[in-house]
Amino acid sequence: MQSVVFPNKILPYFLVAPQIVLTVIFFFWPASQALYQSAMREDPFGLQSNFVGLANFRLILSDENYLHALQVTIVFSVATALLSMGLALLLATAADLVVRGKGFYRTMMIIPYAVAPAVAGMLWLFMFNPAMGTLAYLLRRNGIAWDPLLNGDQAMVLVVVAAAWKQISYNFLFFVAGLQAIPKSLLEAAAIDGARGSRRFWTIVFPLLAPTTFFLLVVNTVYAFFDTFGIIHSVTGGGPAKATETLVYKVYNDGFVNLNLGSSAAQSVVLMVIVIALTAFQFRFVERRVHYG
Amino acid sequence: MKIVLASATAATTSLLMASSAMAVTEIQWWHAMTGANNEVVEQLSKEFNEGQKDYKIVPVFKGSYPETLNAGIAAFRAKQPPAIIQVFDAGSGVMMGAQGAIVPVADVLTKGGYKFDKSQYLPGIVAYYSKPDGTMLSFPYNSSSPILYYNKDIFQKAGLDAANPPKTWPQVFEAAKKIKTSGAAPCGMTSTWLTWIQTENLAAWNNVSYGSNENGLAGVDVKLAVNSDFFVKHFQSIADLGKDGTFRYGGRTSEAKQLFTSGECGIMTESSGGLGDIIKTGMNYGIGQLPYYEGAGRPQNTIPGGASLWVFAGKSDAEYKGTAEFFNFLSQTKIQARLHQVSGYMPVTMAAYDETKKSGFYDKNPGRQAPLLQMMGKAPTENSKGVRLVNLPQVRDIMNEEFEAMLAGKQDAKTALNKVVERGNAAIQQAIEK
Repeated sequence: MQSVVFPNKILPYFLVAPQIVLTVIFFFWPASQALYQSAMREDPFGLQSNFVGLANFRLILSDENYLHALQVTIVFSVATALLSMGLALLLATAADLVVRGKGFYRTMMIIPYAVAPAVAGMLWLFMFNPAMGTLAYLLRRNGIAWDPLLNGDQAMVLVVVAAAWKQISYNFLFFVAGLQAIPKSLLEAAAIDGARGSRRFWTIVFPLLAPTTFFLLVVNTVYAFFDTFGIIHSVTGGGPAKATETLVYKVYNDGFVNLNLGSSAAQSVVLMVIVIALTAFQFRFVERRVHYG
Repeated sequence: MKIVLASATAATTSLLMASSAMAVTEIQWWHAMTGANNEVVEQLSKEFNEGQKDYKIVPVFKGSYPETLNAGIAAFRAKQPPAIIQVFDAGSGVMMGAQGAIVPVADVLTKGGYKFDKSQYLPGIVAYYSKPDGTMLSFPYNSSSPILYYNKDIFQKAGLDAANPPKTWPQVFEAAKKIKTSGAAPCGMTSTWLTWIQTENLAAWNNVSYGSNENGLAGVDVKLAVNSDFFVKHFQSIADLGKDGTFRYGGRTSEAKQLFTSGECGIMTESSGGLGDIIKTGMNYGIGQLPYYEGAGRPQNTIPGGASLWVFAGKSDAEYKGTAEFFNFLSQTKIQARLHQVSGYMPVTMAAYDETKKSGFYDKNPGRQAPLLQMMGKAPTENSKGVRLVNLPQVRDIMNEEFEAMLAGKQDAKTALNKVVERGNAAIQQAIEK
């Protein structure tokens, strides 16, 4: 039997070095800076700073705006994940039924994934901006008081739709792969037993897709939490009246607009804890189950 | 062989070009100008670069006013600031608070061999951008004042007098209602910058206090006073008009301009610096002075807005010399006069103002003098010298949030302004403590 241990003592370290270097530069170093900053209070230009211990954390956790941002984030994430996954599943099952031009159809579905978040935001903004949007004009002409600049719920709908639209492609890919992994014999057997399309879907396809769905749920939540800054920034800027200010947006706003770096760093440390928890959760429960069957 | 030769030639040429470029000192100028005003920035840089060989101004667009300021601060922290940065009025207090990060413009000019002569500049503007001892800290590139714009076609359709725009706020509100009810336009009025125009300038123009300590000019510890009855009445009127769409909200900065240029709204209050874009649309517009409320001694004077150019510390002597050359170039009478006439921004030197007067420009374009007359008509009082807070951008954001909630019908004007004062004061205290 062949040994699975490298005979060379140095080579393995050399091979993992690039990954370690990247992790140190792009994770450990910025993370340590955030930890350091979160215990300091300084002026915007960094000319003088004081150590304040945990005061920044005390301030944010007792700030009602922070709790509001947490609530906004949860609503936003759940809505984005459900909408995006629901539509992707619908499209994936539809794609499964397409006989001709399957490849073309699938390729077209994947395109939105290549669009940068800020660009995706601008696209939706151009359509629905109350001052210049074509579709906004149509909505208003048909008697709908469309004004996401003032109506927080409408602003939320707009960012959720934009964020979900961008994520549909990713979910679509996973669902298509998941559908392909379902043995055709099961479906055929059910069809012979007289089960109709919707019944086959709910009793066979959907349960067998559960691992994929669960995996996507975590990925989509992480996406909605952390990767939607560009969309929110270009569509609503966190407004109106903080209605679309998520935790990540608040980190940016407090740090780079209000120039309160200590508070901003403390918030990013809290976010770091959330990401670590989500990742651990995914490894512990999801990774294990996604590969069965 | 041919390819090798060609690439060798290309390499030599680029080497030669690089060595001739070595002598040129590049000076980065970060700015926030869009549309017609961006064209002016490009044009001025081009003229300066073509006029001499030693320095090259490189204008870089950095987004909106607040975004440009943030980019500058981030660059300074990363030790790579541009030489020149355009900072809007509300950011002045932020920059003034950072004495180690900037070089006063007066010193920059001295380094370039020029002498800064205060008497050549318009007093109201220079005072706003100077330290209490009179040292000018930044170069007033584009100073503006809010004015009233109205669509003459819509006025005629609504049966309003297109030759005489409304002068007071109650008249403006009446005109807006008439535009809406007559169906001349779907919206009566709008306004850009509710903070700068409807709060800071509203206070100065009507001689009402915005905050303690002369609105922050006499000291950094400021208690806001924008929840007094005067402000509550004004904002409640706007909120009421907003209920049926007579007033439309466009956004926190100058987004509302689109509502006016598209013909959606008949009246707009906006910076005089917005004129360039409005001229470009070719619409039939008219301008008038900023509305006020009738009362003894009113209107008082407006406060300068727009932006000024700040110079970062830690650059090379050559860059400071080039910057001084560029500021000297910008102060020339012909440049200032042109800047004023094409863009609607105010000239910053007396000579340029006099030149424009003499040329008969104001006779041909009545109303174009309004921003200057508004600002310089009267000696300022403690309510009208300006507003300076170390974190004015943050306080403006707090106001915007509460105004948005008010216009969405979630709270009345009194509640909104009380919250502004409470949250604003807390933010100011937190900012001056560190």
